[in-house]
Amino acid sequence: MKKSEDHLSKAGDYLAEIQTLAQRPFTIMEVCGTHTVAIAKNALRELLPATVHLISGPGCPVCVTDSSDIDRYLYLAAQPKVITATFGDMIRVPGTEKNLQVLRAEGADVRIVYSTQDALELARKNKDKEVVFLGIGFETTVPTVAVSLETAKQEGIENYSVLSMHKVVPPVLRLLAEDDKLVVDAFLDPGHVCAIIGIEPIEFMAKDYGKPNVVTGFEALDILEAIVMLLRQRDEGRSEIEIQYQRVVKVEGNIHAKRFIEQVFEPIDASWRGIGRIPQSGLGIRGEYSAWDAAKKFSLPIFRSKETPGCRCGDVLKGRIYPTQCPLFGKFCTPMKPVGPCMVSSEGSCAAHYRYAQRSGD
Amino acid sequence: MCLAIPAKVVTIDRSMAKVDMMGNERVVSIDLVPEVTIGEYVLVHAGFAIGIIDAESAKETEELLLEVAMAYEEE
Repeated sequence: MKKSEDHLSKAGDYLAEIQTLAQRPFTIMEVCGTHTVAIAKNALRELLPATVHLISGPGCPVCVTDSSDIDRYLYLAAQPKVITATFGDMIRVPGTEKNLQVLRAEGADVRIVYSTQDALELARKNKDKEVVFLGIGFETTVPTVAVSLETAKQEGIENYSVLSMHKVVPPVLRLLAEDDKLVVDAFLDPGHVCAIIGIEPIEFMAKDYGKPNVVTGFEALDILEAIVMLLRQRDEGRSEIEIQYQRVVKVEGNIHAKRFIEQVFEPIDASWRGIGRIPQSGLGIRGEYSAWDAAKKFSLPIFRSKETPGCRCGDVLKGRIYPTQCPLFGKFCTPMKPVGPCMVSSEGSCAAHYRYAQRSGD
Repeated sequence: MCLAIPAKVVTIDRSMAKVDMMGNERVVSIDLVPEVTIGEYVLVHAGFAIGIIDAESAKETEELLLEVAMAYEEE
């Protein structure tokens, strides 16, 4: 049998088993934005029986970046002699007044980079400028930023710094598990975050909160198989952290990456857009690296958090409503003219729903 | 943002490796997977190999991709 035929027949088997096991309603949250896109793109919601609900969680790092952090990096990007190096996702995220794209049109030096290596190279080549990398992302991205800070320290690259807005996943999972208004039976855990941190940091989800969890890959088949695994856990009365994505995720994660994170960053309290302050959910740069910490290197004003009136990103991020239940969705807020961050980032739940024209998920 | 793409390690020069990413050659950092050897498959995120992929499934994925590519060519 051809591999592709084999895959199709596997998908059929998974769907049949889901049908059998999902006699009662079952609500699953996919925590990761990359899963949100994979689910939307493959129209998985349409394939699943009506009893299985998939809702999106707060797993798009761009979406959960607080408006005060956005205003802060926009202030920094507008300073003379500063080159802002960022992943492309951030370029159109609206601050209170402007975004990076607008600042660039006004003359600010904003560069889209593919990796922190590119940002370091910019610093090596522009000694008369200050290169600031916008540190946004979860544990998947954090080690790549940690390596850049260690390299800058070792090579003595003094004109490179990072504005860390990094966040970690386990504390927000705990918050979701404790949210009375949120009815989630089980979780699809982010495969690439767990490739770094392993499963120990999220074990409390199964042990303390009794929720079935499956660490999941990003192909349609991975997600279907993970849903089967979650349903089997319910059927057998189990709540465990299982790994569907075994070809990549090891129980212990990536020890080298974890060591880099630990060496360069320390846990701090952080504000999540639409969710609020979560203790120990952010990563600050340790004192030994303060010369490369943009928050210490530049004197930056403190901005107040603001929410856009009418925008319900917060409820979308917590899985309380589907994107289509926001009054702005598709009318006043579209990917071309985004109001909230969930519509700006291609991995935001609203953008994914809009782009792939999903049913609301009733 | 947590997207990562599989690639095969072709050559290694200290902390950098040349990889074959579905036919495209890229240079990526292997600081996070120092134990990687030539011929192994890694998962690349933002210019860094962040994990080594189990060899058997990497081969399976490659076969699948080749089949899909051939199906497109036949059309």
